[in-house]
Amino acid sequence: MTVTQVSTTQAKSMPSLPRLEEMQVVYKKPESLTDAHTHYCPGCTHGIIHRLIAEVIDELGVRERTIGVAPVGCAVFAYEYFNVDGCEAAHGRAPAMATGLKRVMPNHIIFTYQGDGDLASIGGNEILHAAGRGENLTVIFVNNAVYGMTGGQMAPTTPPGMVTTSSPFGRDIQSQGYPMHITEMLAIMPGVAYAARRSMHSVAEIRKTKKAIRLAFEAQLKNLGLGIVEILSSCPTNWHLGPVESLDFIRDRMIPIFPLGELKVHEALKQSK
Amino acid sequence: MTKELWKGNEALAEAAIRAGVEAFFGYPITPQTELLEYMSRRMVELGLAFLQAESEIGAINMVYGAACAGVRVMTSSSSPGISLMQEGLSYIAASEVPVVLVNIMRGGPGLGNIQPSQGDYFLMTKTVGHGDFHAIVLAPSTIQEAVDLMQIAFDLAFKYRTIVTLLGDGSLGQMMEPVEMPPFKEWPEKRPDWALRGAKDRPPRIITSLYLGADKLEAVNLRLQEKLQRIAANEVRYETFMADDAEHLIVAFGTVGRIAKSAVRQARANGMKAGLFRPITLWPYPEKELDALIAQGRVKDILVVEMNAGQMLEDVKRIAAQRVPVHFTGRMGGVIPLPDDILPVLEALDASGNGQNGHKREMAFA
Repeated sequence: MTVTQVSTTQAKSMPSLPRLEEMQVVYKKPESLTDAHTHYCPGCTHGIIHRLIAEVIDELGVRERTIGVAPVGCAVFAYEYFNVDGCEAAHGRAPAMATGLKRVMPNHIIFTYQGDGDLASIGGNEILHAAGRGENLTVIFVNNAVYGMTGGQMAPTTPPGMVTTSSPFGRDIQSQGYPMHITEMLAIMPGVAYAARRSMHSVAEIRKTKKAIRLAFEAQLKNLGLGIVEILSSCPTNWHLGPVESLDFIRDRMIPIFPLGELKVHEALKQSK
Repeated sequence: MTKELWKGNEALAEAAIRAGVEAFFGYPITPQTELLEYMSRRMVELGLAFLQAESEIGAINMVYGAACAGVRVMTSSSSPGISLMQEGLSYIAASEVPVVLVNIMRGGPGLGNIQPSQGDYFLMTKTVGHGDFHAIVLAPSTIQEAVDLMQIAFDLAFKYRTIVTLLGDGSLGQMMEPVEMPPFKEWPEKRPDWALRGAKDRPPRIITSLYLGADKLEAVNLRLQEKLQRIAANEVRYETFMADDAEHLIVAFGTVGRIAKSAVRQARANGMKAGLFRPITLWPYPEKELDALIAQGRVKDILVVEMNAGQMLEDVKRIAAQRVPVHFTGRMGGVIPLPDDILPVLEALDASGNGQNGHKREMAFA
């Protein structure tokens, strides 16, 4: 930590600060987040993604009718962090559980928060058919290329050649296959109203990610169909990289395989952009 | 009310409508598909939530989601589909949300066939999902009884926040019988105080089955076990038929319970003191009631009859605790034992001086 010493003379020369009661709050914790401390590792971008979602829920004014569905994986305790009603799905089944919630409460806002092991691997069928039916759901798909919770095993999204605890010689596409592009698969389905891939590796991209999350929620508010945002996220712990190097890894190793951008934008969403 | 001719699966569906079901998620599988088909028309007409899921896995997790909202939700399937639902059922049990499940059993193991079977007794009463829990298992022997039990299924599910299953076999699902449908049930509009309906003017609610701390999870398990004990103490259902003075007691459930009734009548006509003990709840099992009947000392032997290799047999043997010999006869693979199959076994028992022949299981399968 850098401590800046301010001398008395410097302090005198600084403009006087307004008194506390005259200050305006310009940045605060969203109402849609709880006060709980997250369990996420240092340098992991899950926490920022949580904040982006909470800001969007606040801005849309839907907190009191929002229900979050947590996955199995690193975000398994997401329901502790969002200040909304929440439940915990079985591994990969969040889109089915969310379908059940939405079908009996069509005016509520239901979102799932899923990792790449949860959504792209074990839950492939559930997300595919929720999209196929055009369920009015919002899906936040956090892709960090590995199974984080279980200690960094290979996922369907792991880049070729990447060393993980279950691909110790690097992912060999001959025997272990290619990274899967779920969001592209979903984007061609008529039931999907919004599909985008964004990244957390820079401030500019984080801002774009928030816009995408907002559109994925607006798609649900307008009953247009499924909205999904795939977010490339870092995993310093399992990648064995520092937080900054991890962001570089997203930029240099993941984005070439998983290009960023909007893959599907429903006509009715284009005005709100 | 007048009686109408109803097919079992459709009668169960209409009975659920009368009982106040609000949402149905299911997947086609013989021999229960007519239930789903009936719901696909009837629930849409009534403005209720119906969805044909992509799989039984999808269906049970949709059921789980809807149950979290505090609505009356159900699904139906048949044996292989129940295997696929086990994961979801375990989560539902741990989360303590109310769900009604119909299993119209077919021949197994594996893909088996689509003929009637009772091969899921263990599955439904002992291991309907991983971890320590039981679902309430109601086993009707006629379509009317199935319709009547459906009327209490949601009450039990909500009273105990538990899974209530209606367990029938393919013959119950496929046959037609005269049935008197009950009137529509009234339910309060207010949702339960645990339901996820949005955190408006209250703190958020969470429904989960995850408790990382060993102490916390043990406490959850102790609470579940306490609830199961309350269910076991209060919700036992059974029927006896000519059992008061019976020397040869048949124990059978579901369709076989009904067939055994015919066998008992014929045996009585032949001068044998036969009777029937038919558990209606397979979990909780009517343990004390069967125990009391044996303790009276008139029963000389017991014959368990099932459409499986002898699954309930293990419970009956445990309760009989070697006070009387317990014999078994059964058919598998979708073959239904008829009164003519049961009578000779009873007669052999009667002639042998009450079970001196030892275990009849091999004989029945020979």
